[in-house]
Amino acid sequence: MPTESNLPTNAAYPTLDSEPFWDALNDDRLHLPRCTACAYVIWYPRHHCPNCGAGRDQIEWFDASGRGAVYSYTVVRRNRGSWGEILPYIVAYVELDEGPRIMTNIVECDPESVTIGQAVEAVFHSVPEARQREHGATGVLRFRPSA
Amino acid sequence: MSPHAHIAGVFEHPGRTLPDHTVAQIHAEVAAGALADAGLTFADVDGFFCAGDAPGFGGLSMAEYLGLNCRYIDSTETGGSSYLVHVQHAAEAIAAGRCSVALITLAGKPRTGGAGPGASARSDAPESDFENLFGLNIINGYALAAQRHMYEFGTTSAQLAEIKVAASTHAQHNPNAFLPTMVTIDEVLESPVIADPLHRLDACVITDGGGALVVVSPEIAASLDRHTIPVLGTGVGIKHTSGGRIDLTHTGAVISGPAAFAEAGVSPTDIDYVSIYDSFTITVLMTIEDLGFCPKGQGGGFVSDGALQSPNGILPFNTDGGGLCNNHPANRGGMTKVVEAVRQLRGEAHPAVQVPDCKLALAHGTGGSLATRMGSATLILGRDD
Repeated sequence: MPTESNLPTNAAYPTLDSEPFWDALNDDRLHLPRCTACAYVIWYPRHHCPNCGAGRDQIEWFDASGRGAVYSYTVVRRNRGSWGEILPYIVAYVELDEGPRIMTNIVECDPESVTIGQAVEAVFHSVPEARQREHGATGVLRFRPSA
Repeated sequence: MSPHAHIAGVFEHPGRTLPDHTVAQIHAEVAAGALADAGLTFADVDGFFCAGDAPGFGGLSMAEYLGLNCRYIDSTETGGSSYLVHVQHAAEAIAAGRCSVALITLAGKPRTGGAGPGASARSDAPESDFENLFGLNIINGYALAAQRHMYEFGTTSAQLAEIKVAASTHAQHNPNAFLPTMVTIDEVLESPVIADPLHRLDACVITDGGGALVVVSPEIAASLDRHTIPVLGTGVGIKHTSGGRIDLTHTGAVISGPAAFAEAGVSPTDIDYVSIYDSFTITVLMTIEDLGFCPKGQGGGFVSDGALQSPNGILPFNTDGGGLCNNHPANRGGMTKVVEAVRQLRGEAHPAVQVPDCKLALAHGTGGSLATRMGSATLILGRDD
């Protein structure tokens, strides 16, 4: 079960391209599309391979490990709105073991302790109840330092 | 007379806060200014170019508002670099005989309200839910690029600050500059960190305003009294996250730069003056590397010790004060980059920052978000005399 996020996350709107990804987050799974023609793991989720041009019939979905390393990060110290009320927080790109570099937050750690190259693992959050929307996704993918 | 299309007129709106103007009015004022600069009128325009900042339906609404009779229209949208892309497209259209007087306009009011930057912010982008849930804002995205550049190449905050210092050194001579006060490296480093490693003074200004360009055929250029500027080379490069293999340390300038240099038949060492898009200091540093003014990763050392300061630095840049100090109208800095390059080539920059005998200039635009999803555009501009 995802844990409710204490970050002011809005709900995403799944599309026909991204629905499998969002649905799997509810089961604590990082579900990604992969091209059966060239084996490319695709981010962000879509039914088209940007590496070789293969179409929707050649896209399969699989559960990724949820493990990766910080590719880059920033400690956000000033912002407006609801994110400005929970400073400082970390925005980062995590490079998954499967290849893609994806935007996320690093959580469950001292923001000052994050470094590039640090090993991280997926954390499955649910969108705060007050921010859930009709037809909106209920999950959001974040990462925390791993042992 | 060279066979190239020429920039015959330029205009930068002197306003930085324009609460009593509509965005369409600002488009009209900058259009009138650039046409007057060229010695032409609205009736002479037969091609119109605008981007997402223009209100309404592509270029149709503005062509009507301005009263243009066009046989060529282009509303290519690459964010802040759009206007340099438009120069390329105008030059191609002129060469093909599709138009002979091309008007390119930009206007916006991010400071006092009114229309936002427009089409680039559409919420139906397929990538948006994968970037918008994490408290990302514009400066965070540039901070991610700066942090990675520092990690890979050892670039420092003090080196980034050198870029702001150079811009402020130039801005003190510009009576219209939004921030006309010189700053020191220490003042940049002591300004609040917004998102590590970027400080408030690493960021550009937010201003209302606009600008316009008039690009004409060689025949029209020959008929004008004005000192017109030949467009010697152009290049465009689109860079994105590449299916999740984002590379935060390179920009689309690695594509646009070589294309522009090759077309012009010149190399970086030939360039007398550069206008480099400067939404943030890191934007300038990475662009200078990617255009080949120094080896990749050595931008930090390159910009140190006043290298960008005019007239004595080895690569005088943004002598109007740039987006960092002068003006970043509509949150889009590409237009003013071309305008200042033309001023330099005409010898009309402020005397304190005019590059002596400036013969060859480069203007570079960066649109979208640095190294993430971006449109880069490079122009090489010259002189006919």
